Amino acid sequence: MHKSWWKILSFILLVYTIIAGFLLDVPHLFILNETIRNLYFHVCMWFGMMILFGTSFYYSIKYLRGFDYRNDIFARNFASVGSLFGILGYTTGMIWVSVTWVTDQGQSLGSVLKEPKLIGAAIALLIYGAYFVLRGSFTDIDKRARISAVYNIFAFAMLFPSIWIIPRLVGSLHPGAPGSDSGNPALDRNDMDSSMRMVFYPAVIGWTLLGVWIATLKIRLELFRDKKLIHDN
Amino acid sequence: MYHRIFALLRKDILLELRQQHTFYGILLYIASTIFVLYLSMPDSPESNTWNSLFWVIQLFVCVNTVAKSFLQENKGRMLYFYSIASPVEFIIAKLIFNVILMLMMSLVSLVLFFIFLDNPVSDSLRFVGIVLLGGTSISLVFTLMSAIAAKAQQNAALIAILGFPVILPQLLLLMRLSKSAFSEVFRDGAVFQLAGLTGLMDLLVIVLAVILFPYLWKD
Repeated sequence: MHKSWWKILSFILLVYTIIAGFLLDVPHLFILNETIRNLYFHVCMWFGMMILFGTSFYYSIKYLRGFDYRNDIFARNFASVGSLFGILGYTTGMIWVSVTWVTDQGQSLGSVLKEPKLIGAAIALLIYGAYFVLRGSFTDIDKRARISAVYNIFAFAMLFPSIWIIPRLVGSLHPGAPGSDSGNPALDRNDMDSSMRMVFYPAVIGWTLLGVWIATLKIRLELFRDKKLIHDN
Repeated sequence: MYHRIFALLRKDILLELRQQHTFYGILLYIASTIFVLYLSMPDSPESNTWNSLFWVIQLFVCVNTVAKSFLQENKGRMLYFYSIASPVEFIIAKLIFNVILMLMMSLVSLVLFFIFLDNPVSDSLRFVGIVLLGGTSISLVFTLMSAIAAKAQQNAALIAILGFPVILPQLLLLMRLSKSAFSEVFRDGAVFQLAGLTGLMDLLVIVLAVILFPYLWKD
């Protein structure tokens, strides 16, 4: 709570991302043109989402190891902020799609949604939707924490192959598919201009820190609200 | 350990044989669903449509087949199992039983699909193999989901909500894999790659079930 340096860092990095992201020169590519700047926002959302979900997964394991109610609060809030990032990732992706794939390549939005990468993202959002539905169906706090931790661990483990393995096996328009040159979208050396990388890496760190910041605020609020409960444990 | 798993498995099979109404209930469910499809679809649907219909039906059959496996166990009986067996033995017995049950149901629905909706499959033997692989994967995932949903004292709807997003990647792999039985040409080794990946995911589900079930089991 007292460590505020990373919050300041997050702020500075995001200010830098927005200013440099919109003003610095970017490579002019066919179809992509200036929309390539969306990389600083769209891709970072998915990075942030995976890191937040991963953290939620970690706290769920921790919960099952000691049944400390605090870890359940952590797991839930990281999952909810992760879902928010996922929705934002979809939104930024939609903006990107609407000016690249849909207009220039004559794709319908329906066919775009069947892209393997988008299916993986949809699975992630559905899984965490189900996670919150599951949480809502319990009245007993301990039981809710325990059962939803089990589901969280199972679902995250199943999510992993669907995001990281399957999209790499099937053809896709999205960067990172076997058809394109690179294996890992945005991380490959050939993928990005060095000037873009100077903005992209800080952007990833900045957005992720912002997500963690939002989650910790929610967690602190809830820890405060359930103070008595935790104390009783 | 093995003989206890076997005993639990035997108990499930005996229950199934003695309370045959649930078994026939599922058979009837399959038959009526496919009959509805037969009436609502054109006479011989295109192979892609056939394929996706088949797998969607498999999904719903599995939800209905596996759903009762934990919901039917009442509190007193669970307490009894708790005193005689370990959670790992219990979940393994349940997994094996549900896989056997689902494989039977898969084969029945395949035969009914062939009868009512024609047979667009060019390599039937291969397709049967894929169906068996698919039935195994789907039933493994839904067994664990049913264990979770039973704790929430919810109906089959929750199983579907929890299970569908988790099974989706495997289902997509299976749909793709089954296209190889529809005389679609794959590049060398792709079929084995897909089948191997599905098998690996099955293994992952089994390992996770064995690790996680003990936490679901105690109240």
